[in-house]
Parts: sequence; C-alpha cells; structure tokens
Amino acid sequence: MNSKWEAVIGLEIHTQLATKSKIFSGAATAYGAEPNTQACTVDLGFPGVLPVLNKDAVRKAVTFGLAIDAEIAPHSVFARKNYFYPDLPKGYQISQFELPIVGNGHMDIEVDGVSKRVGITRAHLEEDAGKSLHEDFHGLTGIDLNRAGTPLLEIVSEPDMRSAKEAVAYMRKLHELVRYLEICDGNMQEGSFRCDANVSVRPKGQAEFGTRAEIKNINSFKFVEKAINHEIERQIDVIEGGGKVVQETRLYDANKDETRSMRSKEEANDYRYFPDPDLLPVEIEEALKDEIRATLPELPEAKKQRFLQQYSLDLENAATLTSSRELADFYEQVVELSGGEAKLAGNWLTGDVLGALNKASLEISDCPVSAERLAGLLKRIADNTISGKTAKQVFDKLWNGSATADEIIEQEGLKQITDTGAIEAIVDKVIAANPVPVEQYLAGKDKALMALVGQIMKETQGKANPGEVNKMLIAKLKG
Amino acid sequence: MHNKTLSELAAGLRSKQFSSVELTQFFLARIKQHQHLNSFITVCDDLALAQAEVADKRLATADTAVLTGIPLAQKDIFCTLGSKTSCGSKMLDNFIAPYDATVIEKFNQAGAVMLGKLNMDEFAMGSSNETSYYGPVRNPWDTDCVPGGSSGGSAAAVAARLTPAATGTDTGGSIRQPAALCGITGLKPTYGRVSRYGMIAYASSLDQGGPMTRSAEDAALLMQVMAGFDPKDSTSVQQSVPDYSAGLNDSLKGLKIGLPKEFFSDELDSAIATEIQAAVAEYEKMGAEIKEVSMPNLKLAIPAYYVIASAECSSNLSRYDGVRFGYRCQNPQDLADLYTRSRGEAFGSEVKRRILMGTYALSAGYYDAYYLKAQQVRRLISDDFKRALSEVDVLMGPVSPSTAFRIGEKTDDPIQMYLEDIYTIAINLAGLPAMSIPAGFVDGKPVGLQVIGNYFSEAKLLNIGHRYQQVTDWHQQSPKGFA
Repeated sequence: MNSKWEAVIGLEIHTQLATKSKIFSGAATAYGAEPNTQACTVDLGFPGVLPVLNKDAVRKAVTFGLAIDAEIAPHSVFARKNYFYPDLPKGYQISQFELPIVGNGHMDIEVDGVSKRVGITRAHLEEDAGKSLHEDFHGLTGIDLNRAGTPLLEIVSEPDMRSAKEAVAYMRKLHELVRYLEICDGNMQEGSFRCDANVSVRPKGQAEFGTRAEIKNINSFKFVEKAINHEIERQIDVIEGGGKVVQETRLYDANKDETRSMRSKEEANDYRYFPDPDLLPVEIEEALKDEIRATLPELPEAKKQRFLQQYSLDLENAATLTSSRELADFYEQVVELSGGEAKLAGNWLTGDVLGALNKASLEISDCPVSAERLAGLLKRIADNTISGKTAKQVFDKLWNGSATADEIIEQEGLKQITDTGAIEAIVDKVIAANPVPVEQYLAGKDKALMALVGQIMKETQGKANPGEVNKMLIAKLKG
Repeated sequence: MHNKTLSELAAGLRSKQFSSVELTQFFLARIKQHQHLNSFITVCDDLALAQAEVADKRLATADTAVLTGIPLAQKDIFCTLGSKTSCGSKMLDNFIAPYDATVIEKFNQAGAVMLGKLNMDEFAMGSSNETSYYGPVRNPWDTDCVPGGSSGGSAAAVAARLTPAATGTDTGGSIRQPAALCGITGLKPTYGRVSRYGMIAYASSLDQGGPMTRSAEDAALLMQVMAGFDPKDSTSVQQSVPDYSAGLNDSLKGLKIGLPKEFFSDELDSAIATEIQAAVAEYEKMGAEIKEVSMPNLKLAIPAYYVIASAECSSNLSRYDGVRFGYRCQNPQDLADLYTRSRGEAFGSEVKRRILMGTYALSAGYYDAYYLKAQQVRRLISDDFKRALSEVDVLMGPVSPSTAFRIGEKTDDPIQMYLEDIYTIAINLAGLPAMSIPAGFVDGKPVGLQVIGNYFSEAKLLNIGHRYQQVTDWHQQSPKGFA
C-alpha cells in the first residue's frame, strides 16, 4: 500500500450456529438436503404460524460471549428487519437490533510477531434467509428455503484493523475460536462462516475515518485478503484521482478479483426495525452464565501457553498444534500413549502427519493413523528400535494399512542392529575397504566421515543406529 | 332446538334426544335458510357431518368432553387443515391451510363439530364487517345494519341461532363490539390466555381469540377448551386454567365496580348511557358497590392503537407477496411487478390504509415520534388500568358509543369508524380481559355492557355476566325471524 495512506477495517462475521434445529422452528438445519425439504410452515412464513426461540442457539451465543470476555445482556430483544425479497419468506428477518445478546468484548491477534487487541462491538442472534438460485431456471429464479431460519450469530468488530493481513488474522482467530467452542462447524464452503468487510482509507495521522464501503460475499481467508487489498487500492486511486469514495455496498467477484458496486446508500433499504411482538425478550440469568462458564473448554490462547510450558514445544509448533481443538486433543493423546514423547510427537504431527493430511485433503479427525498407532511408532523411535529414516518408511505403511508399528517393524525386519560386536565388524570392514576417505578424514576433512557412515549404513541395510555408527567410527579412526 | 344452551345440547346428545348428526344437519339447514345474512364464508357440510358421525360414536363411549358432538362455527381467521381459511381477504381466497390452529385442534380433540368458517373484516381490520372481500354481513336485528366487526360473521351467526356458539378474535374490540351490536355475549380473554398459533396475525401484541356465545354460561364452556399455555406461542402464558363454570353462581355481594368517568363522556349516546346505568343498578341490587374512577390517558388510546396495530400489521402482512401462497397477479413482468400487483390487486383499501400508516410510523426518522411514543402511551394506559383495578374489582361501561349503524353509513369516514372502538381499544393495549353482555335495547337494537377485569380474571367476569343473566333476559331475546 501507498505509505501515505492508512486503511481502516472492521469485519462483520456471520457464524452459523451448530444447532440441530432452526432458531425459531423444529425443522432440521443439516446442509445439503433436496431444496425445500427442510422448511416447515414456520420457515415458509405461512399465515398464522409463530416463532419459538431455540434455547440451544441462546446457549451458544452466550458461550461465545463468555469466551471473548464480553458483556452478556441480561435482557436482549428480537427485532424485525423488514424488507421484501423472495428468499425472505415473512418479508422480514428476525434479528436483534438495539439490544443484542452479546455486548462489548475483544480478541487478541498476532501479525508478524506483534500482538494487537481487536474490539468486538457486539454479537447478535438472527435467522438466515433462504437461497435464490439463478442458474438452471431459464431466466427465472429458484428459491430454496432449506436455509431459511438457520441460526446465525453475527459478530461485529470495531474498526480496529489496519491491514488486510490483520483482518485475516482476526478472522482466522475467530474461526478457530468458534470451532473450539463447538458452536459452529466453521465450514466455509457450505457458508457456515461468512464475512462482510467495512473498508475505508484515510491519510496517515488523520483521526477521522474516511467514507467506508462494505464488501459482501467474501467467504474464504484468501478472498478476504485479496478483496480488502483490492478495495484499499481502489479507494486510494479514487481519492488520488480527485474523486470521492461513496458509501455503498460492493460485491466481491472472486473470478475477476474485483469488487463492484451493488447499491449505494441512497438505494439502501429502510429496514423499519421494531421489536418482534411474537417473541418475548430474552432474559439471561447469572446462573445460566455460571453454568455455561463452567463448561467452557480451554481456549486456544490458554492451550498454547500450556503447551509451551508443559511440553516444552517451540512457539511455532505450539501454535500449530492448538490451531484446532481436534488437533490439540490428538497431540495430547499421542503424547500420553507414547509415554510422554512430547517433542517427538510435536515434530511428527506438525511435520509428517499434517503434511500427509494436507496432501490427501483430510482433517485430523479423518487421519488414517490413529493416535495409538502413531504413539506406537514414536515409542520405537525413542527407544532406538528404529532410526528416524526407517520411521518414515514405517509411517507410510501405517498410513496405508492397519498394522501397528511393531508389526511392521517385525514383518519388514526393520529393527536396528543393537549388537555392538556385529556393528564393530562392519565398521572395521568399511575402514579397511576405503582408505581414501579415511585418509581425507584424518587430514581434517570432516565431510569424508559421511561417506564412511553411508557405506556402513548400506552394509547394515540401514538397520544400524547412525549416531552409534558415527561415534564408533570416530573412536576407531582417532583411536 | 336452536335456542338450547350448550349444556342443554350436551344433555340432549347424551340422553339420545338427538344425535350429533341430526343436530349438525339442523344447523346446516338453518345456515342455508338464512344465507342472506352472509355470516359464513365457507360452510363445511361434508366435514361437519363426518365429524358429527365420529362424535356420535364417541358419545356412545365414556371418552367424551362437554362439547363432543356440538356444532360450532369458527371465525375465518383460524387456520383449519384442509378447508379454506381466507381471513376475509381476496389475498387468501385460494388458501387452504396445511395445519390446524391450536384453538381448532383443541375443539377437534373435544369432539366439537365445525359447521363452517365465519365472515369477518379483511384481516380483522374493521368495525363493521364491511371490509370483507366476501361482502358485508347483515345484522339479524336489522338487516340494513352492520353486525359490527371484525368478528361480524360470528356475532350475526350466534345472534341468528345459525350456530350454538362461535369463536372470534379481538385486537381492538373485534369480539366485544359485534357482540354488543348483535346482542350476544363475547369475551376477550387476557392477552396470552388463548394461543395465537394458527390465528392469522393482524397486530400480534394485541390479537386475542375468545368465545362468542349467547350466554356467559356457554362462554365458560368454550373458554374451558380454548384457554391454556401453548408451547407453539411464545406469548401465551404458562398459568393453570381454572374451572370457568365452577364459580358462575358465586355471590356478587361486596363486588367493587368502578365506573370510569371517561366512559360516560359526550361521545356516548345518551340512550345507551341510560341502559348501562340501569345494568349497573342491577348489580347494585345484587350487593355490589359502585365507585367512580378516572383514567386520564384513555383519550390517547385510539391514536396509540392505530400506530401500534398498523405498525405490526405492516410487517405481519409482508408475507403476502404472491410467492408461496395466496393471490398472485397474472403474468408478472419482474419481481417488483409481482409484489406490487399481487398486493395491490388482492388487498382491500382498509388493509392498504393500515399497511401504509404502519410503514410510515416505522420509517427512519418517524419511529421515535410515532411508534416509540405510542408504546409510551400504551404503558401510561396500562398504568391507568392498574391503578383503577387496585381500587375496584372490575370496571364497567359501554362497549360501543352507538348501536348498530346502517351498512355504508361510515365507510367513507375512517375516523368515524375508528371511533366505534373508543371504549374497547384501551383494554387491548393493556392486555386485560373484558366481556360484552347484552344489557338492553335502544330503538330495537341491542346494547352491550362492558365488564373489564384484572389479568386472568376471566372466571370472575363470567360469574359477573352469569349472575346478571340470571336476573335479566336480554340475552334470551332473539331477533325477529330467527326465534
């Protein structure tokens, strides 16, 4: 970005709450059903029907509020947001306006080693609309109301972010948190976690904000960064070209990597919010907050700190391993089952295991190597039964089969030679057969040693412990 | 047969004087005979006879309820599975509900028979039943006159003995005013006492269903079925339902009756005032004590009501967009055309007027001045009632400032029409229960006495109504030609 300018970014994130049924009806929320098969008369806005609030949605909202250290409103109110659209069956969306359930909170993010606190203004409960399908209807529009009434928690940040990078860091942190709390499945392809960004720019040092544009429809971390950066540049270009940024809603087109105007402030709807007379205010008592607080899981930041201390991991591994609750749980299981091989487990998980999972596009929960089988492998590395190099071979077999590490080592004869007499004989033989590297080594060329070790490993078919071989070789040569 | 009380009909069914099928056939025939009243939108001959047959079988067992086999008629605002529910509107002329309202479900469980669906003002917006898409209902006491509204079909059908009893709904007086104009008993329960699930919404914070019957005794039997908490209605109240018939004969000695002086102002026809005073005197004779009370904010009720009710209706009626059910215009050109023509062609002028008023009141820049202010007034009015009802047990006054007026007389003057509800509207704003009982005639047209009680005092109101009906016979008189 042009260094004269500073961006100001705030995010509105819609998280779909992972309740079994909808926020105001008993219809199922499961994704991917045939169109309009998961919409009951309430979701369809039939004459005479009434909404009944799903208590689990309230619990999940409170859970989130407590996790970000927010004020939980003792009294919050559902309001109607009135506008006409075919995928909005009642002609209004039930949302919260003046009195949201979650008030002021915050979230700490880290960008390039610098940590920063992002304020969260509010989070409110609302129902999702249905989907308008414009393809395959020969110029007409299809309406799928399966999603209508799905519970959403809209999380609104303060305009505290100053770069697309910070915005993405915040979004990732939030994504990690809602999955930790198990209030949202975080599936961005299915729209369970969606983001709108409010972006403006101002000359560096200026206190007032510039005019903002709201970018809608940015549903991946990659696109958020691109869309925001694109929008910042566009606004700077407008201002530097002598123009004015207009307050408007813009749509991000991932295919063209550009934002385009959707509607201006003048065209904006007057939503005519008013309290929904069909629903009572939501009263949250201290007892409920205490009960939910007691069931809060260990949060990512606390878990990371604990991993650093308890397992002596480096920061990078601790951060990676705590990036999801499932991964952290898996790690701790492996540590326990391996008899405390914390560092080894950390290196293996963040290295080979995550690498293999990424390659296969799998989540840790679908990992073909169970914590128990991985721990079995680590135990054999730790007690020198196999070398690290052999271990990679064993891991491949663990990944592609169902045998345990011990069974694989046994079947394939991969055990390291622990008989020092046998190794000694081979060492002697190699020294005798390779006078040139021996001389080079003795003349001070340390590298020559590697050639000798290689020869010995070859002779033992890789089953000798390279550390042992090294030690023995040096002792013999220098002795 | 048609003059029998619900208890008498129940006894007759049990002693096999007549079967439910015979009873049903009798009333279906009577409905046909008096079609000119236009009180029914839909007559459910087949359904009613099928239900009566089932009821007759049930009556032969021990598994019966008081209303088993008794024919009733429902205001066409209650959704009924498989038969048309129009809400008096062209918008829903083609609408067949895929479910039963909770109230209907309860009547079905009790084994009552549904004769049909009763005419009403469109979406319950009106005080004369003239806004109905299906045309005005005629008042059986004077067929040139309106029956009141919005539950005009219910009131006319009960008064003409086309059904032993009926349901109505009351948002600003829609049970009590037609009950008064047709000389029957109508009870608007406490807000939250009767489930609103399946009752098509006009103004959600005010709407309440209730019985429309010939006597308080009959109303008690209907209330027994209709009342109760409904998990499907978040605004229904979780409070046990008393036996509404048990205390009907309780003594009224020492009952403290308050007469709000604002109810006896100049707007009130003096002849009606005289009838009301006479009714109050009757209570004095029974040992009640009379006291004048004042509720200074009552005069604000009509403006506050028309802001709140219109605001809510503007939103409640947004779902009628031509997309999923109801009327859709021919050959819509685009989305805006589909919305504007479907709604423009299918809503009547009174409904449009209120949608516009409500939309305006909720608009940016006007919300505080109208909607919020109206809510504040609503609180003041509730406080007035609270204060008054801490001094006395019940309040009494007129239901309507005039008796039934001629069809067409007030249709061009919405303000005159709105003033019809001047004595009833405040009660809805406060959410209190209130009852209208026949209390005399002026020029051959019925006059209603309004009795307003504290929250959940329906049993007391019915007791007060019943004792009066033991010493008067206004409620037993039937219009000429319907005796």
